[in-house]
Formats: sequence, structure tokens, C-alpha cells
Amino acid sequence: MKLDQLTKPWEAFSYGFLDQSAKREMRRRILKAIAIPGYQVPYASREVPIARGWGTGGLQVTLTLLKPSSVVKVIDQGADDSVNASSIRKFLRRVSSARETLDTMEADVIQSRHRIPEEKLREDQILVLQVPNPEPLRPVQPDMSEARIMHGDADYGQLWLTLYEQLVRSGRIMQGSSYPSMVNGRHVMTPSPIPRWDVPKMHMAANLTILSAGREKRIHAVPPYTRVEPLVFDDVPYRIEDHADKTCYRSGVTGFFMNELPQDDGSSSFEVSDSQYGVKHIRRQEGEPVTLGETYYREGRLER
Amino acid sequence: MNMHTPLMSASPLVLSVEGLAKHFEMHHLNRTLFAFENVGFELREGEFILLKGENGAGKSTLLRTLYRSYLPRAGHAFYHTREGIIDLALAADVDIALLRRREIGFVTQFLQARPRVAAEELVAEPLRLAGTSYAQAIEEARRWLAAFGVKPELWAAYPSTFSGGEQQKVNLARALILPQRLLFLDEPTASLDRNARHALVSRLAELKAAGVAMIGVFHHPDDVADLIDREISLEVKTIADGENNVAE
Amino acid sequence: MTPASSMNAALERQPPRLMLADPILTMTGIEKSFGDVRALRGVDVTVYPGEVLGIVGESGSGKSTLLRMMNLEDMPDRGEYHLALPGQEDLNLFTLDRFSRRMLRARHIGIVYQNPHLGLRMNNTSSGNVAERLLMAGERSFAVLRARAKESLDASEFPISRMDARPSELSGGMQQRVQLAKAIALEPALLLLDEPTTGLDVSVQALVLDTLKRLQRERRITMVIVSHDLGVIRTMADRVMVMRNGDVVEQGLADQIFQDPQHEYTQQLVHAKL
Repeated sequence: MKLDQLTKPWEAFSYGFLDQSAKREMRRRILKAIAIPGYQVPYASREVPIARGWGTGGLQVTLTLLKPSSVVKVIDQGADDSVNASSIRKFLRRVSSARETLDTMEADVIQSRHRIPEEKLREDQILVLQVPNPEPLRPVQPDMSEARIMHGDADYGQLWLTLYEQLVRSGRIMQGSSYPSMVNGRHVMTPSPIPRWDVPKMHMAANLTILSAGREKRIHAVPPYTRVEPLVFDDVPYRIEDHADKTCYRSGVTGFFMNELPQDDGSSSFEVSDSQYGVKHIRRQEGEPVTLGETYYREGRLER
Repeated sequence: MNMHTPLMSASPLVLSVEGLAKHFEMHHLNRTLFAFENVGFELREGEFILLKGENGAGKSTLLRTLYRSYLPRAGHAFYHTREGIIDLALAADVDIALLRRREIGFVTQFLQARPRVAAEELVAEPLRLAGTSYAQAIEEARRWLAAFGVKPELWAAYPSTFSGGEQQKVNLARALILPQRLLFLDEPTASLDRNARHALVSRLAELKAAGVAMIGVFHHPDDVADLIDREISLEVKTIADGENNVAE
Repeated sequence: MTPASSMNAALERQPPRLMLADPILTMTGIEKSFGDVRALRGVDVTVYPGEVLGIVGESGSGKSTLLRMMNLEDMPDRGEYHLALPGQEDLNLFTLDRFSRRMLRARHIGIVYQNPHLGLRMNNTSSGNVAERLLMAGERSFAVLRARAKESLDASEFPISRMDARPSELSGGMQQRVQLAKAIALEPALLLLDEPTTGLDVSVQALVLDTLKRLQRERRITMVIVSHDLGVIRTMADRVMVMRNGDVVEQGLADQIFQDPQHEYTQQLVHAKL
């Protein structure tokens, strides 16, 4: 037996870019994060060919999950066509031979920055969210060691206090994104900077969500069918953005999360933030055979 | 403990003092001040004992020792409670605190002024702590403030701003509003005007009739002459240790 | 000394007989050393429900260390600590783990520190500081939080119009009132006061003490107050413990300690004050 029979031929880089031991570590961390919903699992966070803060955490998770038969979608604030989303999608295809898609329904893995698609994700899909700051306690406890003890104790009094203070000072809760949410009744997590509109989508969702912060080296996860409850007072209901009656000026769809486009005359027009969902609507209007998925919201109201 | 078998005809015993002694160690002067020694007497329900003796004989000291503001050095002071007999000389601090709240009173001319408590509330407090309703306690308090000659316009004011004489009246009204079982009276009539003194004496007579046992020091014993059952004389003690040590 | 030396020692007091209630707080044999310094040398403390125990002593006497132990912030080298709490198993609280100690402290013990920075979040609202206590106990109604914070601040004689001001904007006396409101918000079994008026103007000090007295009178809150200021102790305490170099040199009823101090050290303290 010769040495070259026992080893693989030389390659420029490992399949999926990350080396095997890095992926092994990622898989173990992800499994632990799934086992303890909402708990932040530290990981090594390797170098990838984009800068820290541009989605390195999400990228490492996606690279670990992909196989040649995978179909991958990448969005940035709802849009598939931003430079960053396109670059990441192209990179993923090149290092894994996975197929690219823009259609939420078609994707196995969806890597996203700051949005959850409007079409309902299924049990066989995985959502990977890029997280700039994984620690919901950071504003009240800058010392990470102390914050970890507080998570251990489920000591969230100070977090509640910040919500109390917002109500006292502004009459309403000002937290626009990254709304702190209790996962599985135990750990409070930050759901990454998704809008309030998207947080209820995570509650009892069919899909697995993995949230990964590359710069901060932390992974947490929301397994399928897990409770995700935004921290709210009993007598002050959770409020989503007032987008229920807004209509997309391009696709004509109503009742979804919108991007506001200020006009020269001082008014605003709106376009649907989940760009591909808008595109699908337009194509359908033009007579193409397009399948629209079931959505979390219907006519601006959450489907339960 | 049971050496004082009460006579059939006599009222029940309230206090029986045996061999009580008090002196003060003044560490910084390296001196001992002797107050009294080997004091013994009995006090029964409804009895009124006048303490006599020259200045420095330790009359006030004896009252304070029995009340436990001073710690006795020897002897016993068996107090007969409903729960049994307890030696005031040896009882735990919390027991003394309890007895002071419930059944042993100390009446002096000095008020522990407490800011921002109205006179009528201050007087009503002992009744309220004993469970009387607020309205009833305040009504009773006003009755006694009136009896001691405190003007109605002062009832809702703070005694900490009163003159010495008015403070004393408030203090007496408070000290005497709740019938106790045992009262120590430390010159309560000193510097009282005639009307207030009259109110005090009639209240004491009322309490005595109700069975309250009293022992007191009076500057002018004539004030209470009708109430006195017995007198006890204390003598100035001089015990030789080379110095003329007496208690003030 | 004199022929009277045989009776020099005050009479040994008996255990309580009439006081039928069990002590709410019992500490026994508390020892603590910091390096070579013996901060507490086998201290025993007993506090009965509804009473105010004053602990007096100069700095370094161990009084503040003892108070921190009552608040389960500090642990002794040796000794036991029991609190009689309704529905709670009686055990040595020093054997509890950190989490259980924190929960017990949050639910049953209130504390007012000399330094308001230790007790308050200076950049939150005053009402929020009080509300946090309730939030930690699981209250989740905003209306109830507002109402109870208001009630607690009001009981501490804090001006309600300022309830949403930050403690950093308030005077020292007002900060102590916020601390007090926070401490009593959950009706604690034990209220600890660590030099609560030290550093305040004399007139402000009197007002704060008056509030404490009134609360004690109306709610019968069991209190332990630590101060080097005899005037404060005299105003507040039913019973007094005098500490020096980690030892209790004398304890007794407050009027007795001040009128007939037994120990040489206590006499010095009392006479120095008068």
C-alpha cells in the first residue's frame, strides 16, 4: 500500500472552505446551542475571506451546513441583490458547489442579515442569522463574566428595568430591533437586529434558527417548535411596526414589512422589504407560473 | 420564690424586692459610686408606696434600677405577671422590653420628644399599640390632653416645638393613658401648674382604684398625701473605700 | 479592688421567658479574619421580630462586616446564620449556594447603605430603582409596578412629583429615601441600615431618622442599624450592641446602655458623646 492510496489528492482548500477540524468544532457548538435553546455557546471563530462584522459568524455556520446538493439563499435586510448578499452567495457556491437561489421556498439554508423572510419556513429549512452583538445584557452589564452569571441565575431584573424606564420616559417601548426575547422560558436572547415585526415569527417556528456572531465568537440557536417570547409587561402589549396597511409601490402587495422610501414632496412610498417576495408577486401578475408560499402574516395580521 | 405568702385579706402581690443593690463602676475615674444596698419591700395591687430619703439616698436610682434603665448588682425584684413570676433583676432584655410595652410604666417629667408626631397621636399611641381603634384612641387622647390643661389648638401640633411645661403635660397624658399594672413615678409633679397637678393626682387615684401598683418619688409628697399607703426610707450609703462616693 | 469586687460584674441575665416569639435572626460564633486581622471574634447576635437592634462601634470594630454578613454579601470563616422566614426551612444560611443567597436576599432582606451608589442605579429613575426589586420578584404588570413603587416611595416620604427623577439629580437625603423605598418595597423580614444618615446634614439626618422611626412604628419592621453615631443609635434602637475590635463588649436595652454603661469602653463612648 502506498501513501497516495491512503491520502486524498492535494486540494487548494478544504471542501466548504473551512478545514475539517473547524467544521467539527462548529457542528459541536451548534449541537450544544440547540440542546440549550437561547444559551450563548462560545466558539473559536475562524478567519474567512470577509471582514469581521460583515457576516463572518453566519458564514461559518452556513459553510459548515452546506453539501454539494444544498440550495442556498442569502439576504441582507430582506434583499437578495445587495452587494454583500451577492458576494457571500457567490462565495458559498464556489467553495461548496451548492446551488444558489433567491426563492425562500426553494432554499435549504438561508443566511440572513436583519430579516426573516415573509414566507413561512419549513421543518427541512435552516435559517442562519448574522449577529453583531449576541449579548442582550450588554447595555445593563458590560462585564461579560458578570453577564454570564446573570444568565446562569436567570437574573433579568435589570433588563426588565430598561423596558420599565422606556415606558416611563417615552410612554412606549422604544426598542426597535434586537428585541430581547425569552427562549424556551429560560434564556433571554437577542434575536439579532431583526425588526419587531419578525420576532413573533420565531415563536414555535417549524425551522431551526442558528444565530452566530463571528466577531463576538458566540452561537445561539432556536430549535424547531420552541417558545420565543419577547419580554413584555402583562398590561403593555407587544407592538409590531405599523406596516399592516402599507402597500408596496412596485408589487402592489399589502400587509408586509416595508422599506420606507422618502419622496421629494415630503411623503413616503413603500416597497416590500423581502425583495424576492415582491418579485414573485410581480412575476405572477405578469403571468408566470409562480408558487407563493404561506406567509407568517396575512393581511398584516400574524397567523397563529 | 414563694417566701411571701400573701395574707388572705391582702391584695395580690405585684412586686417583691429582696436584697437589691446598685452601685456604679466609673472605670475612667477608677471609682465606685454606691447608690443603695439591701433594699427589700413588697408592693401589692392598688398599693401606693412613697419613697423617702435625702438627696443622694438613691430614690430615683432605685426606680430606674427596677425599670432596668440601670442594671442591679445584687438581689431580686420578683414581678408577678399573669404568666408567672419573673425576676426583673435578671430578666432578659427582650422580656423587660415586652413588660415595658405591656404592663410596667415609668412616668417622669422628661419627654422623649419625637419630631413631626402630633401631640394627640403621641398620647394615643400606647392605646393604639394595645389594639384600640384609631378614632377611639384619639378621642381618649384628647380627653386626657384636655384634663391636663393642654389647649385644643395644640393637640394637632408637634410637641417638639412646645414649652417645657406643655411637653411635660403631653408626656404625662401619654404615660398614664393606658392602665399599667405597675407604675414608677419619678417626680412627675415637679414644675407642673396647679391644674395639671390636680389632673395628675386624680388620674393616679383612678389608676390606684383600678388596682395599679405604684411606687414613686415626689418633691412635694403633700400633693399625693391621700394616695400614700406606705413609705419606704432610703438612707445615704457611705461605704468605706476611702472616698465619699454617693450617687447623684 | 474594693470590697465590692465580688459583685463588680453585672448580674448574669437569664434567657427570655416572657418573649414567646422566636428570634427572627440568630447568628452564632461568627468569626472572620482578613489576613492577620481578626475582624470578628466569635460574635453572637439575636434579634426578635419587630425590634430595632443598634450596633455601635468605631470603624474597624467589625460592625459593618457583620451587617454585610446579615445581608449575605460576605461570608464568615466560621459561624451560623438563621432567619425565621415563613414557609422556609430553617437552615444555616451560610451553607446556601450563591444563587439561593441572592434569591433570599432579593425577597426577604432590605438594605440601606451609607453610600447610595452601592444601593441605587444612579442613571435609572427613582421609581425604576424601586420597581427593579419588584421585577426581580416576578411582578410583570406595569401598572402594578408604578403603583407599588409610588406607594413605597410615599411611605419613605419621598416627593412623588420627583418619582421619575434620576437619583443622580437628587440630594443625599432624597437618595437615602429612594434606597429606603427600594428596601421596603417587598416588605422585608429584615431591614438593614448601614450608617444610613452618615454624611447628611444634621437637619436632613433628623428627618430621615424620623421617617425610619415612623415606618418602624407603623409597620413593625425588624431593623438592624449600624452606626458609629451614638445619637443615631439612641434615637433608633430598642437594644444596643457595642462592638470593639471584632468583639461584642456589651449589650443591653438602649436606655441602659446610655444611662448605665458597664464596660469601660462603653463608658468612654457614652461620656465622649455627652
